Amino acid sequence: MSALKIKKGSTSHSAYNLRPNFSDVIERHTLAVLVENEPGVLARVIGLFSGRGYNIDSLTVAEVDHTGHLSRITIVTSGTPQVIEQIKAQLGRIVPVYEVHDLTVEGPSVERELAMFKVTGTGDKRVEALRLADIFRANVVDSTLETFVFEITGAPDKIDAFADLMRPLGLTDVARTGVAALPRGN
Amino acid sequence: MTRKMTGAKMIVQALIDQGVDTIFGYPGGAVLPIYDEVFQQNSIKHVLVRHEQGAVHAAEGYARSTGKPGVVLVTSGPGATNAVTGLTDALLDSIPLVVLTGQVPTFMIGSDAFQEADTVGITRPCTKHNWLVKDTDNLAGVLHEAFHVATSGRPGPVLVDIPKDVQFATGTYEPKKPSTSRYQPPVKGDMEEITELVAAIENAKRPVFYTGGGVINSGPGASQLLRELVEATNFPITSTLMGLGAYPASGGNWLGMLGMHGLYEANMAMHDCDLMINVGARFDDRITGVVDMFSPKSTKAHIDIDPSSINKIIRIDIPIVGDVGHVLEDLLKVWKSRGRKTNAEALDKWWKKINEWRSVDCLKFEQKGKVIKPQYALSRLEALTKDHDRYICTEVGQHQMWAAQYLGFEDPNRWMTSGGLGTMGYGFPASIGVQMAHRDALVINVAGEASWLMNMQEMGTAMQYGLPVKQFILNNERLGMVRQWQELLHGERYSQSWSESLPDFVKLAEAFGAKGIICSDPDDLDEAIKEMLAYDGPVIFDCLVEKHENCFPMIPSGKAHNDMLLAGVGTQGVIDAKGSVLV
Repeated sequence: MSALKIKKGSTSHSAYNLRPNFSDVIERHTLAVLVENEPGVLARVIGLFSGRGYNIDSLTVAEVDHTGHLSRITIVTSGTPQVIEQIKAQLGRIVPVYEVHDLTVEGPSVERELAMFKVTGTGDKRVEALRLADIFRANVVDSTLETFVFEITGAPDKIDAFADLMRPLGLTDVARTGVAALPRGN
Repeated sequence: MTRKMTGAKMIVQALIDQGVDTIFGYPGGAVLPIYDEVFQQNSIKHVLVRHEQGAVHAAEGYARSTGKPGVVLVTSGPGATNAVTGLTDALLDSIPLVVLTGQVPTFMIGSDAFQEADTVGITRPCTKHNWLVKDTDNLAGVLHEAFHVATSGRPGPVLVDIPKDVQFATGTYEPKKPSTSRYQPPVKGDMEEITELVAAIENAKRPVFYTGGGVINSGPGASQLLRELVEATNFPITSTLMGLGAYPASGGNWLGMLGMHGLYEANMAMHDCDLMINVGARFDDRITGVVDMFSPKSTKAHIDIDPSSINKIIRIDIPIVGDVGHVLEDLLKVWKSRGRKTNAEALDKWWKKINEWRSVDCLKFEQKGKVIKPQYALSRLEALTKDHDRYICTEVGQHQMWAAQYLGFEDPNRWMTSGGLGTMGYGFPASIGVQMAHRDALVINVAGEASWLMNMQEMGTAMQYGLPVKQFILNNERLGMVRQWQELLHGERYSQSWSESLPDFVKLAEAFGAKGIICSDPDDLDEAIKEMLAYDGPVIFDCLVEKHENCFPMIPSGKAHNDMLLAGVGTQGVIDAKGSVLV
């Protein structure tokens, strides 16, 4: 648990802001959900979002503490403040969900995503793709005479920007992991 | 002490350790080892239902009338899928159930085996939690955890899916211990919020208690505290369908049920109040009407054990997460320590206003002619049974609303009705579950003929176990509530809303060996009801009533609380296009 650096006191009971300021503005929030790593737990979380009509912009999940049987699900979602509060409360109701953190409101956090881009082309376009990749600190992880596979890590908007640049240069395939996020500091 | 035993034996042992005395079930291939263990013991009584849906509703009736979790045992595949309606019903009404399903052996899961269904997948959204147990050593622990989860926090149904090879295999039995589960919902409310509510109570000019099923679920102590608080503050109190009986209908501060078919005074008080104290209710759409116009002038406090209920529908000013009983206890303590203050002068004015609304007498009806009005039938049933040790179940529809309006509930756990899901076919099996728990009590299921037919096979169960459940059917040969909506919304085009080819209910009762009574004349009604009460066994009472009676008061779809339809006024065109898309 201590290795996870999750702030105490923001568990399913007290993390909820029960006096929220409701507005109609759609906000984007990154939620970190700590769950018991048991069969079906991901289905419960996803089923909650589909069953109640919430959005999932991105979702990542992996076991983070083998001995404690804990997995961490990072969900990027969007909705009005009331919907966001409801999502957190509904997540907190799921029996194997231990903690729900709204990284967007609980203080500064870092978000990273890994993506791979396959760019197909020859001549100037190929050279330009390689040059831009260098600027974005993307690595070439596979190459043929006509293709590159770039690996890039960063915040989602950086990856979006890189994708926009690669598109006219022959972008053929994209694989993105979705966002992983942690709060900064202690 | 741990012991080695088979999975099947563990199941029975765990149920005994959990204090279970009755289970409702239906055998099948995937639960045969469990049924073999049920056969070889005498601690737990098994009630053989006639359909798995009946088993779940019966368990709900048992749970709601006792406060203990109801237990169901059914087989894999169709046994489990037939239980789905009951599970959903229990989820929406927060009723604690533990449902055990058999499953094909672990090595056959995923092979589309005979009577295989993805039970945990199907029931994931209609249970509070569920488990598939793949190892006999884990079985006892999961079963104890299942009872813990079903009954802690906001109660609900849980399901444990047990493959047949896990039932046959031998493992180590873990006895019941104090729960070490990580699932421990907090029960104490935040004292700052409670103090804020006390201050609001001290200053309120037009307060109202709006109470719900959470008071019943919190236990009889919570109802006692609520009564004390209401008497001490002299605040008016209304309740949802689910909360009837928490405060006695004979109590002086009782306004009656609120909501779509609630009483005029209750809805008007909700609309005009300046302090609304929601105790264990959830702002269901049957209660709020259109939310934009819901109680516009009030400060709203909400006591609920489930944080997700707060701010879900209605914005709350004073949120208190906690168990109703614990919160009311703290609330009373703080209020008393601060000198038991209320704004008595303003309250006096408020009561005068409420009494004006009461004088509208929104439930008045006139029994004239030779056709029984359903309201009259229920008024007579109330008069002739209110002094009995009485439990009431209902099906779903007009009769359900009339029962809520015309019957008086003096105590919690005496009223079993499908509130959230609105399940036709709920009441009859529920009455069987209630009677199993209260063998000497008077158990009446107020029904409509269409709802009742949905689970009529349970007559066999009532006969087999000698359960003298009284099926009081208000027979209008219509799907009354559907017909009423078609009248209001669909130009009186009564599409498919009548009951054709009904059975002769007297003969039907006799075919099962029960008693049938038919009554069509208001002058005979009292005698017929007395005959029903005097008979020691199941009775089907076929009460032929006015066919086109509408249920009033009614808040039409898309309207506010102070915009009610009362009996005897024109109803054409009262719901506009926007309201007509609502259910």
